Amino acid sequence: MYRYDEFDQSLVDARVAEFRGQVARRLTGDITEDEFKPLRLMNGLYLQLHAYMLRVAIPYGTFNSRQMHMLAEISRKYDKGYGHFTTRQNIQYNWLKLDDVPDLLADLASVEMHAIQTSGNCIRNTTSDQYAGAAADEIEDPRPTCEIIRQWSTFHPEFSFLPRKFKIAVTGAPKDRAAVQIHDIGIQIVENNKGEVGYSIFVGGGLGRTPMIGKHIRAFLPRQDLLAYLEAIVRVYNMLGRRDNIYKARIKILVHETSAAEFTRLVEEEFEKIDKTNLLALPDEEIARISKYFAPPDFEELAPSPAALLDAIDQDRDFALWVKANVTPHKVQGYSIVNVSLKPIGGVPGDITADQMDGVAELAREYSFDEIRATHEQNLVLPHVRETDLYAIWQRLVELELATANIGLVSDMIACPGLDYCNLANARSIPVAQLISERFAELERQHNIGDLKIKISGCINACGHHHVGHIGILGVDRKGEEYYQITLGGSADENTRLGDITGPSFPYDKVVDAVETVVNTYVDIRTPGESFLQTYARVGLAPFKETLYAAA
Amino acid sequence: MSKPHRKAKGPQVLTANRLVDGDVVYWRDETTWVANLSEARVFENEDELSKAEADAQAQVKADKIIDPYAFGVDLSSGTVAPASMRELIRAKGPSIRLDLGKQAEAA
Amino acid sequence: MPLLKDGRFVEDQWQRLEEHEIVPRDGAVIVDLERWQVERETLKERTAPLGLLLLPGQSPEEVAEDLPRFDLIALSFPAFKDGRAYSYARILRERLGYKGELRAVGEVLQDQLFFMVRVGFDAFEVNTRTSEEDFAAEMAKFPAVYQPSSCGETTVFARRHVGLAQCAAE
Repeated sequence: MYRYDEFDQSLVDARVAEFRGQVARRLTGDITEDEFKPLRLMNGLYLQLHAYMLRVAIPYGTFNSRQMHMLAEISRKYDKGYGHFTTRQNIQYNWLKLDDVPDLLADLASVEMHAIQTSGNCIRNTTSDQYAGAAADEIEDPRPTCEIIRQWSTFHPEFSFLPRKFKIAVTGAPKDRAAVQIHDIGIQIVENNKGEVGYSIFVGGGLGRTPMIGKHIRAFLPRQDLLAYLEAIVRVYNMLGRRDNIYKARIKILVHETSAAEFTRLVEEEFEKIDKTNLLALPDEEIARISKYFAPPDFEELAPSPAALLDAIDQDRDFALWVKANVTPHKVQGYSIVNVSLKPIGGVPGDITADQMDGVAELAREYSFDEIRATHEQNLVLPHVRETDLYAIWQRLVELELATANIGLVSDMIACPGLDYCNLANARSIPVAQLISERFAELERQHNIGDLKIKISGCINACGHHHVGHIGILGVDRKGEEYYQITLGGSADENTRLGDITGPSFPYDKVVDAVETVVNTYVDIRTPGESFLQTYARVGLAPFKETLYAAA
Repeated sequence: MSKPHRKAKGPQVLTANRLVDGDVVYWRDETTWVANLSEARVFENEDELSKAEADAQAQVKADKIIDPYAFGVDLSSGTVAPASMRELIRAKGPSIRLDLGKQAEAA
Repeated sequence: MPLLKDGRFVEDQWQRLEEHEIVPRDGAVIVDLERWQVERETLKERTAPLGLLLLPGQSPEEVAEDLPRFDLIALSFPAFKDGRAYSYARILRERLGYKGELRAVGEVLQDQLFFMVRVGFDAFEVNTRTSEEDFAAEMAKFPAVYQPSSCGETTVFARRHVGLAQCAAE
């Protein structure tokens, strides 16, 4: 994985010093809250319901054991011994004091981490496929591209006061695990008919109040033009994006209001005018230098499906279920990708204790070439694990209470922090997730139901991606009471689709029943082997609506 | 449930977050913000609340607190109970982690 | 508003004309885009220095042809969060080759000065809390930059490859 050189380190260190000065000026009253707020947000620091919350970037979701140990230490030293992984490959701490944050950032910088641009109206942490470098279907590892974007977007002098936040995601595989079509810019690595690798570009996706799927504006962008093209898109947005209404300020609204065709023309025109002879044209040497950091580790030549593994699967039903749900094929024979579920039955989706962080860090060092990934579905991944080690790893995960065999299943939900922590929320998300998880606690039942993604947001800002959940749940405030609107048929992969609203919303104490009704209806009407989304595509909303509102 | 506009008549409490640590605090008098809702001043008189709000704005300027606002409370049970889930959670802590927040300190 | 130019407080030699004010014969004046468009012919006959104020929404590309006439362009930040002028500044400097004074006016905060210098501003109407020392400290804040921009520093991408850095310096 990438290692900072002197330049990267000096910049992150300089940022810590800058923020230390800004905090001091705030506490002495040299700057007002109105002036300080955008500065702290650009360092990932929010004021939430109970305290300050810091969002730490895990760029494109890749980190190592030393960094994970530091995340654990930080949670003990400055917070309450746990952290929360988010849908954008970040980790959040919920209980910070303002005057501790400069020291915390210095600790992060000591392990090449930062909270730069994890909030604010700037270019945010670039996210990617959690299986990058390990997936069998990959055209190219997306992380060198992500790292180049991370550096280019860091302290970008022109793009630090955009109309609104700006999120970029990159996938290197045709199977989209990074939800690129719901990002401000989605980048898919593609190969053209001459065998050259380049980029396919989507713009203007996003959820929130006005959900939109990204428009495809460029089928093939040569690699060296990446930054010039990104600069063209963001410049057009910076100059023309709406600033009169915060709800209409995202690039998706600009693309929608100008039309995708006209927006594309504006971008291409700007792209033509940008001086591509200057250093925006990435030097080949630099692409090569960064790519080298992501060279595959020294994989051994291994036989596939070792006998000991097959025996263990035969003899241990719990292990077998875990392998089935949580282990994914690796591109190298004899290796696997291990998904570490942060969705224990009845737990808080995405939460992890300091001891668990240390445990995962040790597993990564011992078994996965020291690599860990954070996923946008709020889980962790050990990307390069020998199949012969799977049983040992599973036993250790069981001890850590991180072995729930539910990846991709009904209890593997995305949930935003909701009203339990968040200043913007209208309703709680986490307890709804916990109740659903407990309702479907039995793993055999979950496996029988099959692939099912439930996504829960506590307000219309949609941090829980409810629009693209197979079952989406949106918390709303109805005269001071928590109600939940249900959507069906959404999806965030290469066939991205926004869910359809079923009808009137359900009160807090009825929403779990409603979800179970949807699931039971699907199980009743599915044909053999048909997934929830396939059934939904076949039958539509009507049968679900009928059972959901039958009593009413 | 972004900050409720003050529209409800009836008893109100004035709240904010402390600048230095973000902790939830409640107005008791011109010199004191308290951490516990039970010790907060309950306003049943609009003029008195307006005066306290002016004082709170002065304390914002003095960089002690941020984002002050008033919210409705229910006194019918004999204690000061927030009228909304949001304020209940601010007063106690996360509903899903009873070991955290003010509810844990109180225990 | 105190005026910082090239890191020093200087006396403002320019008069910004309000809508109702008549253009004086002599003296350096800054006019807005509307006046420039309406009174272009008479303004052209003046020999005293002329400056132009552009508001967000008024792209410098609209006045590309007229740029040689202006000794100063002021770009407005009606609120510090409104970042359109950062793009305008780069277009002026990098695309349109504007070499005169580029002045940031409006809500110009200390913490934004580094970015403003990088996109090509050289003069700033700052608030009274900002000192020359603050300006110097802001300029020294970051030891390197990742992006090419108007002030021509060599980027980190290039500095890593010495041969390229030399090319860029030439």
